[in-house]
Amino acid sequence: MPDGGALIHARGLTKRFGPLCAVDAIDFDVRKGEAFGFLGPNGAGKSSTMRMIGCVSPVTDGTLRVLGLDPLTDGPAIRGRLGVVPQMDTLDNELTVRENLVIYGRYFGLSRRELRARADDLLEFVQLEERANDPVEPLSGGMKRRLTIARSLVNDPELLLLDEPTTGLDPQARHVVWDRLFRLKQRGVTLVLTTHYMDEAEQLCDRLVIMHQGRIAEEGSPAELIQRLSTREVVELRFAGDTPPVEGVFDGRVARVEELPDRVLLYTDDGDALVPLAHERLGPQSVLVRRSTLEDVFLRLTGRTLVD
Amino acid sequence: MTTLAGTRGHLLFERNLMVYRRAWLIIFSGLFEPLFYLFSLGFGLGHFVGRVHGVTYASYIAPALLASSAMNGAIYDATTNVFWKLRYAKVYDAVLATPLGPADVALGETSWAQFRGLLYAAGFIVTAASLGLVHSWWGALALPAAVVVGFGFAGMGIAASTFIRTWQDFDLVQLVQLPMFLFSATFYPLSVYPTALQWVVRFSPLYEAIVLVRSFTLGTVGWTNLVDAGYLVVLGALGIRLARRRMAGLLLT
Ligand SMILES: Nc1ncnc2c1ncn2[C@@H]1O[C@H](COP(=O)(O)OP(=O)(O)OP(=O)(O)O)[C@@H](O)[C@H]1O
Ligand SMILES: [Mg+2]
Repeated sequence: MPDGGALIHARGLTKRFGPLCAVDAIDFDVRKGEAFGFLGPNGAGKSSTMRMIGCVSPVTDGTLRVLGLDPLTDGPAIRGRLGVVPQMDTLDNELTVRENLVIYGRYFGLSRRELRARADDLLEFVQLEERANDPVEPLSGGMKRRLTIARSLVNDPELLLLDEPTTGLDPQARHVVWDRLFRLKQRGVTLVLTTHYMDEAEQLCDRLVIMHQGRIAEEGSPAELIQRLSTREVVELRFAGDTPPVEGVFDGRVARVEELPDRVLLYTDDGDALVPLAHERLGPQSVLVRRSTLEDVFLRLTGRTLVD
Repeated sequence: MTTLAGTRGHLLFERNLMVYRRAWLIIFSGLFEPLFYLFSLGFGLGHFVGRVHGVTYASYIAPALLASSAMNGAIYDATTNVFWKLRYAKVYDAVLATPLGPADVALGETSWAQFRGLLYAAGFIVTAASLGLVHSWWGALALPAAVVVGFGFAGMGIAASTFIRTWQDFDLVQLVQLPMFLFSATFYPLSVYPTALQWVVRFSPLYEAIVLVRSFTLGTVGWTNLVDAGYLVVLGALGIRLARRRMAGLLLT
């Protein structure tokens, strides 16, 4: 195979909506068995990319191969082997929780008999057994999300596309979802996900790309990206009133200073060394020394925080 | 894994069956409308009308009401329900993420709307036959004829529903449907109209539907009935084709 066995192979992949270029000639490969993430601010083009991979949005330009096939000609065959969790839930509100799984499985050509057992397993997997015969409408947002994830697994997909799987979930529900996704990954399912949460990306992704304005700004493993694009440590300063001028205060002692509306970030390899100086010159209300995260990488690349 | 367009449409039918398993009553309410017309106009007004084309007035309008109920059932489902699923409930967004495509959606929903029309027609014909309004064994074919009628209107209705943007637009559907119901030689023969107008009415799909069903219940079957049926089939097929294209354009962006 020319794509070196990648499950998803994209070169110059482009999506335009009229004059707007939502995805601007991006290149990436997703290998079998890995968890691959798209990080990016609102409007970066993550969902547009996911929808092209899911064969529900025609490619405007460039090459895209999914499972070695061309979405343009083999859409149904590709979709038959994918699991999709769209950004917005598309559960069938006229059906019960269980029926949602059954009919979705039927769309994939599975028999009712197979689906009876499958639905039970999946409901257990996402901890919704007790709601099996309830209508979908009154479920909480987190429950709907879990049901959508269960539904995406009904056809035993080789490749799972998750567009912001945990947005809107409470911390506990997010951990449940992470745990489930982690188990799927261990079973060899390839995961492609988008997220605004850097902890999610760090937890789940072997490799990720940071998208910004339709382009890929950086690519690598979370650790690599942090190492390459940030310092080892960050000093976070918060102030009681207005932020005093920081210009020049730390010249030569920090790699970079980032001023945010609510705090100042000092990028350095030795955070502790800066703490006395910061206290002496700026009198902050609080000082926190922490390790760099993807959030910092993201901030540097896009000038924005992930969750805004 | 079949990739043939349209071969999985029956799964949409199955989905709707699942939904209506709990809501049969909603469907059945539509059974009564044509019966009300039959009793009030057929027997009530018919008392003063006398015979038309050699049969009682009730026998004359019964097949027309049958065709109309197949039409109404099909159009109701094809517009209201399909519009809701397309624009609000996101049912097809979910469906299109599976191996099904827009052709499956268009065909599957057509078959369901057709089925709804058929249910109404079946309920009506049983009543009509028990009241002695079916005059020939050909009448047994009125039901398959209702399937053809349902197909024509379901196909057109689904195409129309892809153009509907707001609930107000349904007034437009009414604006077509109601005059068609009243003026398609439903309650009196075509010969009432001046010749020029007769030609206009002949293009009404409901007129063709009524002629088709009436031939069967009154036993006046002829080769021209194939033209009536053909007209409806072609309109339905064109509707499905248009609906498939429109749905692809709306959903696969
Ligand atoms: N169907 C569409 N028609 C027109 N423009 C669209 C459509 N879908 C997306 N866009 C535009 O494409 C750009 C990228 O949108 P996309 O949904 O891919 O971003 P995203 O990275 O998923 O953002 P978010 O984090 O908010 O979900 C946006 O400017 C958006 O307005
Ligand atoms: Mg998105």
